[in-house]
Amino acid sequence: MKKIRNETQKALIACPECDLLHTTPVLDSGDIGRCCRCDAILFRHQLNGLNRPLAFAATGLIFFFLANLFPILIFEMNGNMQVNRLIDGAVEFLDSSYWMLGILVLISSALAPLLVLLFLIGILLPLKLGVAPLWPETQIRMLEHVRPWAMAEIFVLGIMVAFVKLGDFAEVNIGLSMIAFMCMVATTVMAYISLDQDILWERLALVRGQKR
Amino acid sequence: MGTPGIGSGAKTLMKTAKQIGAISCPTCHLLVEKGRYDPSYPMCPRCHAVISSRKKDSLRRTFALLIAAAIFYVPANFYPILTLISFGEEKSETILSGIFTLFSTGQWVVAVVVFVASVFVPIFKIIALFYLVVSVQMNVKWRAVERTKLYRFIETIGRWSMIDVFMISILAAIVKLKALATVEPEIGALAFAVVVILTMLAAMTFDPRLIWDRLDQKKNG
Repeated sequence: MKKIRNETQKALIACPECDLLHTTPVLDSGDIGRCCRCDAILFRHQLNGLNRPLAFAATGLIFFFLANLFPILIFEMNGNMQVNRLIDGAVEFLDSSYWMLGILVLISSALAPLLVLLFLIGILLPLKLGVAPLWPETQIRMLEHVRPWAMAEIFVLGIMVAFVKLGDFAEVNIGLSMIAFMCMVATTVMAYISLDQDILWERLALVRGQKR
Repeated sequence: MGTPGIGSGAKTLMKTAKQIGAISCPTCHLLVEKGRYDPSYPMCPRCHAVISSRKKDSLRRTFALLIAAAIFYVPANFYPILTLISFGEEKSETILSGIFTLFSTGQWVVAVVVFVASVFVPIFKIIALFYLVVSVQMNVKWRAVERTKLYRFIETIGRWSMIDVFMISILAAIVKLKALATVEPEIGALAFAVVVILTMLAAMTFDPRLIWDRLDQKKNG
């Protein structure tokens, strides 16, 4: 472990936004390394940089399932009631002539947020158990590719705007799933910011070294 | 240029990766030094991502996507995004009229949120990215730090425009009480979603390191 640490200490890193080379000193946990000339974040050093994100991602996954079990919004008008589940918005688009929007909403509100959590757990859980994850490089790359399209936090705002608009002509109530979904958003964000990528690669190398 | 090392924890070598022939991996941020990659097919040895010193055809791709986004911006605002049918009465709403309705019903906080997400963000993004592309193309050296920060800002705000698309999907799914009220999505919603996706792609294809390349060249040459 110590040997690998020393190697990273000497390693150079280029700023992703201006390409300037920096050394990577060992920082106190919680510290963020920033680029000297454009202020972009270079790296974060996190205490428990693998355990915490795993715990948050696992919690997030539980909340994701809960968010699918109950209604998100409950809509009442003249004695008629209509409930709305998480994927109903996407399903409604898929059934109409705007199926392309259905695919977009399905990916950005449900599929991508789920994949993000699954990839995080798929990488971190085996590492925690001391075994090499399946195709870790592919999982990490997929995680980076899926990430911009996971828009759960924006979906929450979309629900709120819909809630306000509906309030004008009918009675609307927030369902249990809405709270579960918001918890999922929060835990996913926490999983991201507590993840230490450098430690991730170190641990991966270590686990593989032991195996061979 | 700022003071190297102070308050950042990282010390700089005052050189870019490109100047020493190294490539920074876009996925795992490993610095792949010269000789550690195959120049005919550069790949990151750590995460196996395809790497390149600069994003491929960055300016041309960003510019093309911006033009497409600007074109779709017209129908996105001109055509209605949804129609509310209530007690046999049809009412179509565009993005702007939806915001006005929110304002007139006293929901001005939500109105401001929707205005920022649906009107301000797309316009700001298209203009700002256009400015970045043109400034790099014209070899402008001026205010590189501010331009990089502008890019970072654009990248983070872009996704928030999806609020309206999500709102329509929820309304259409929940308001379907046949005799009383239904909400139908309209073509404007599709055009608007296209604008959001195109501007997101435009931000992704733009390479902010190009802003600094112009400066680094001037310094050396």
